[in-house]
Amino acid sequence: MSVFEVFRRERAGAPMQHAGSIAAPDARFAEVYAREQYGRRGESEALWLVPRESIDEIAEFVDEFDLKYRRVDGYSIKERLKEARQRAGTLEG
Amino acid sequence: MDVRTEEFLAHVQSGGLVEAGDWMPDEYRKRLTKFVEMHANSELMGVLPERDWILRAPTLQRKLALTAKIQDEAGHAQLLYRIVEDLGKPREACLDDLIAGKSKFHNVFHYPTKSWGDVGVIAWLVDAAAIISQKALLKCSYAPYARIMRKICWEESFHILHGRDVVLTLVTGTDGQRELVQEALDRWWEPLMMFHGNPIPADDDPMVHWRIKSQANEEARQQFLEGYVPQVWELGLTLPDPKLERGEDGIWAYTEPDWEKLQAVVSGNGPASAERIAFRKLSRAEIDWVSRTVLAEAA
Repeated sequence: MSVFEVFRRERAGAPMQHAGSIAAPDARFAEVYAREQYGRRGESEALWLVPRESIDEIAEFVDEFDLKYRRVDGYSIKERLKEARQRAGTLEG
Repeated sequence: MDVRTEEFLAHVQSGGLVEAGDWMPDEYRKRLTKFVEMHANSELMGVLPERDWILRAPTLQRKLALTAKIQDEAGHAQLLYRIVEDLGKPREACLDDLIAGKSKFHNVFHYPTKSWGDVGVIAWLVDAAAIISQKALLKCSYAPYARIMRKICWEESFHILHGRDVVLTLVTGTDGQRELVQEALDRWWEPLMMFHGNPIPADDDPMVHWRIKSQANEEARQQFLEGYVPQVWELGLTLPDPKLERGEDGIWAYTEPDWEKLQAVVSGNGPASAERIAFRKLSRAEIDWVSRTVLAEAA
């Protein structure tokens, strides 16, 4: 038996999302099982089947150099905005 | 407890989630595997009492609806055994343990069904009791289980509709039909009251400790009583417990079930345990050639 990961699109325009996995002797059976498990109530508008062994999992993606300017927390504008408003005389209350 | 286990415990207790490939303490893996396996076994064994009624369903529509429910439950078993497999226990081993009586399944599937009334009561109230536990599992710390529970709960909601529809048809039918529902309720009330387990406080429940479960047994039972007793009563049906009453504080009083009896039932000593396990064993042997053929062809 092989394990197949199932991805489904719930409605047009939605992203493909992992639905679960099924065990099947081959791809033909996997297709039948996926159809029955994830399609028989019309709950999916697209299904993908991926043999588990073809998935490459990327183990680590650490931000080694702490590149904050790529993230929201790299921009703390609150204090400086306040100061800018004070200088401009537009600070309320 | 070592540091790693302590960190893991703190992680799950503060709402953290665990994925299949993550490290987990042996105790967590063991308890979780046993719990999900028992759930899978229950879905698989749960189709047997209903299977008896496919050929005896009163109309074609009911026959199809019942068959669809059975397909759903068998599908749930498949999905849950997949979870167990990823936790390290092969499906074959689960099926072997089930027929050897080494693993358990829910108490309600150890009882016989005597009439079509039982089919309605099972689909309505047993599934209602089950959905309460299953909804609480949406918050399980083991994310693959919680995710699959979303699909399972969605499908269970159809079963409750189906069951309620069967019951409503019977109670609006002849006196004889109404009697079938009342008799079935009288039979099923005790197992239903046992369904959520003994009232172990959440703080003492190791399953809550590891956040595999997030709801205390008694909380689940109270939710069931609050939701469904009024629905039973409003149909003019009665429940066989003179103590059953909603207190002013909203807490339901009831006759304490015999918890030793529950233990005996789930340990394989229920009225239909032996018959159900024997049937499972038989069908496993009968379909063995199918899996051998299919696997040989695929190889």
